[in-house]
Amino acid sequence: MRSDVAEMDGLSALPRKNGELVFTEPWESRAFGIAVATSEAGGYDWEEFRQGLIADIGAWEAAGHTEDDGWSYYDRWLASLEGLLAKKGIVTPAQLHDRMHELEHEDDHDHHHHREGGR
Amino acid sequence: MAHAYDDTGYQALRVKALESLLVEKGLVASDAVDQLVAAYEEDIGPLSGARVVARAWVDPDYKQRLLADATPAIAELGIGGMQGENMVALENTPEVHNVVVCTLCSCYPWPVLGLPPAWYKAPAYRARTVVEPRAVLSEMGLELDDSVEVRVWDSSAEIRYLVVPERPAGTDDLSEDELATLVTRDSMIGVAQAEELV
Repeated sequence: MRSDVAEMDGLSALPRKNGELVFTEPWESRAFGIAVATSEAGGYDWEEFRQGLIADIGAWEAAGHTEDDGWSYYDRWLASLEGLLAKKGIVTPAQLHDRMHELEHEDDHDHHHHREGGR
Repeated sequence: MAHAYDDTGYQALRVKALESLLVEKGLVASDAVDQLVAAYEEDIGPLSGARVVARAWVDPDYKQRLLADATPAIAELGIGGMQGENMVALENTPEVHNVVVCTLCSCYPWPVLGLPPAWYKAPAYRARTVVEPRAVLSEMGLELDDSVEVRVWDSSAEIRYLVVPERPAGTDDLSEDELATLVTRDSMIGVAQAEELV
């Protein structure tokens, strides 16, 4: 077994200190924040989210994945969050899909605009 | 747009879309998310746990209460809340070194230790620490004498652990606040000693 803790990527590099960055990408901290905020706003009990996350991570590991093929705690976190929001009828997969398209186009539009307008 | 994202990848887009929908539904305010993340990153832990350890170092009665029943002892310092319930404190001594793993990932005591470091959640750390704790600790820069007994504790949804590291030598004159600065998150998980005086 050759998966040394010492070889784990980026953040795990020694030596570590208090206050180290624990999010590897900005979206991870947003995903963290909106999951907690939605729970605090009464969207779901935190315990329900936690159990969903445990189940999701368990399923991911049970599917025979290993750390080498793309382990990401926050991928699982986000998948659990989407699943729970859908289950609660707060955000359906269709709504999410549509919004992603809109935002993507918004970005395209912005870029387009910048180029043509020369601003 | 309210936010600029460094990562324009698929996951970032998904999160952005989710956030905008949750904002529309009045469940989430973007400012509140910023504050919440900052609180977990900076304000809440690992300093909270460090205060507990420092108090235990200077106050033998407090230490006794902490080791007997950690949850109320931690609450005495005004720390508690989400995911911080059912705490058990483990004292490191010259004879025994405690290290904590969590096989379920999500049972880490956030209010006390802050957010878990990335490596803590990696399957390799969890699995290997149980099987060969000395090797893992050594790779992380913690060399323990062969005479020291290593105890591995598996955190669960029911019980979350806080390691009380040994007080570093030569710190008799330090105040409780000064001592707290020597207590790193890693030392409260048990993968490092408390920092030495510089």
